[in-house]
Amino acid sequence: MAGKTLYDKLWHMHLVQERDDGTALIYIDRHLLHEVTSPQAFEGLRLAKRQPWRLSANLATPDHNVPTTSLERESGIEGIQDPVSRIQVRTLDENCDEFGITEFKMQDQRQGIVHVVGPEQGATLPGMTVVCGDSHTATHGAFAALAHGIGTSEVEHVLATQCLIQRKMKNLLIRVEGELGQGITGKDVVLHIIGVIGTAGGNGCAMEFGGSAIRSLSMEARMTMCNMAIEAGARVGLVGFDEKTAEYVKGRPFAPTAEQWEQALAAWQDLVSDDDAVFDQIVEIRAEDIQPQVTWGTSPEMVTTINGHVPTLDEAADDVQRMGFERAYQYMGLTPGQKITDIQLDRVFIGSCTNSRIEDLRAAADVAKGRKVASTIKQALVVPGSGLVKAQAEQEGLDRIFVEAGFEWREPGCSMCLAMNADKLGNGEHCASTSNRNFEGRQGYGGRTHLVSPAMAAAAAIAGHFVDVRAL
Amino acid sequence: MKAFTVVTGIVAPMDRANIDTDMIIPKQFLKSIKRSGFGPNLFDELRYLDEGQPDADNSGRPLNPDFVLNQPRYQGAAVLLARENFGCGSSREHAPWALEDFGFRAIIAPSYADIFYNNSFKNGLLPIVLADELVDQLFQEVAASEGYQLTIDLPEQVIRKPSGECIPFEVDAFRKHCLLNGLDDIGLTLQDADAIRAYEVTRRQQAPWLFNE
Repeated sequence: MAGKTLYDKLWHMHLVQERDDGTALIYIDRHLLHEVTSPQAFEGLRLAKRQPWRLSANLATPDHNVPTTSLERESGIEGIQDPVSRIQVRTLDENCDEFGITEFKMQDQRQGIVHVVGPEQGATLPGMTVVCGDSHTATHGAFAALAHGIGTSEVEHVLATQCLIQRKMKNLLIRVEGELGQGITGKDVVLHIIGVIGTAGGNGCAMEFGGSAIRSLSMEARMTMCNMAIEAGARVGLVGFDEKTAEYVKGRPFAPTAEQWEQALAAWQDLVSDDDAVFDQIVEIRAEDIQPQVTWGTSPEMVTTINGHVPTLDEAADDVQRMGFERAYQYMGLTPGQKITDIQLDRVFIGSCTNSRIEDLRAAADVAKGRKVASTIKQALVVPGSGLVKAQAEQEGLDRIFVEAGFEWREPGCSMCLAMNADKLGNGEHCASTSNRNFEGRQGYGGRTHLVSPAMAAAAAIAGHFVDVRAL
Repeated sequence: MKAFTVVTGIVAPMDRANIDTDMIIPKQFLKSIKRSGFGPNLFDELRYLDEGQPDADNSGRPLNPDFVLNQPRYQGAAVLLARENFGCGSSREHAPWALEDFGFRAIIAPSYADIFYNNSFKNGLLPIVLADELVDQLFQEVAASEGYQLTIDLPEQVIRKPSGECIPFEVDAFRKHCLLNGLDDIGLTLQDADAIRAYEVTRRQQAPWLFNE
């Protein structure tokens, strides 16, 4: 019999019931909640007079709407200037209090972006199923956990039943073999992959990242990669379990201890795809081919290298893509053939569930150290992923490096990744951003986003335009 | 959830690939804690010439005359025709809520992002997958004839064209059942509560660390 993929194993471990129509009931071990996609689900529970199935499986924290200035944060919820955001954050608190769900509230040091908080707390463990009403839940797959985003109806379904009705996905392996060049990060690897397979390349698939280059990456870098699996269309990103996974998880507040730790560690060894596992599709990537990446357009697949240019219409694969290019030139205010290094920037954002962990901040600080943000940059924000990341960074003196260089050091939250709070781009402004989506209007009405790694974003802030971080 | 059986309506064409959920309903409207009222802000940045605000009156805002849904011939549209990878990006269920609230009951496209596809069925919105050539042909027919309507027959799983021609489509049996009857699938899952409890007992023995309080 053929071996199993990691996804096959996780699927079978969580199978409650298979039905004749090809659907299955899948058990959910961890449900993460935030303020934006949960209020309607809690309301649904109340209307149907239902209670959460298993309280301890849930963990909540507000992140999308929270302000990031210390002034607004000091006075708690009342300090949130935007009344609509204030209601949403308060509603999460009220719902969690009413139903008895553990929540790291805005003033709690453990608060942060839900996809940073889960792993940081050990609330995300290998072999779990993890869901959240947020597409970037794919992040948690870095722990050999089956993790994906869900809609609000499914948030309610998980709260009420601890299960989801699912269909098995296809298995896609992205194998990155070889040695990554100096200065090449997980962000560059995943953007390169999206450039190769496209934003719909992973539709219907669980996307496992494998190969020697992936094994060499840190847990933070693997989280960055799995986080953006959804930008390649895959709900699920995965990396097999290894010593790095165990080392990261050990000792975290929600992680097993003592005898249970030994028992868990033994069980987790099997959380890898078997050598003879059968994948529906395999994409081979050579690590040596990967250069620092910069997106030029309005879809993550509109990506090129730092030494590249905005593609011309001749470089489009078909009519649909040509139409997309034309729209993107216009929206982004760029001309075909323009060099990436010639794009002038207005703002820089370092943060988001993709790149706001301690390793990301260290990489950016390394570039910023002893340098100054260019005078043409209106704002350069650094927004840590959680209160604990912030504290760790401050302990290492990273905050002082950023502030001395002219960056603003903020409180944790999603911030300018999706601009639901006050942090946003102005109309027509170009931003070097470590976030995950360069869609039209994503970072603010008329805003123009370029996705890059934290080191590339810091370097761009110093230069005022994109530069090759390897040449600094 | 509104049941879906047979729907006849005007088809509005959006000739564009990778329409993302940020485009369908921009983030500022996600601050609502309700699940209705998103229709006036559907495609807000494409539809209006100014920036929309949550809880604001949209009636006096300047419309973008070039945007398809503002053109007189597509008023009252119930079917949206689009290109590949429709609904990509954010998992926000506000996207199908906005489409449904606006009056759309079905979408026709060559492919969808997985989360959006799934969310649509939970809200009485039927996403139909058709081959590229068939979608191409529909774009041509919609452009050629004003007031072009299609009938979506879910029980029979066919799309009926004005010419009488029928295009069959696939739909998952369970989702079809829920949509036809307007069923809440939580109630259905809870019928299997015993199976869920039995799973938990076994799983707790194998992996007790997952059940720490």
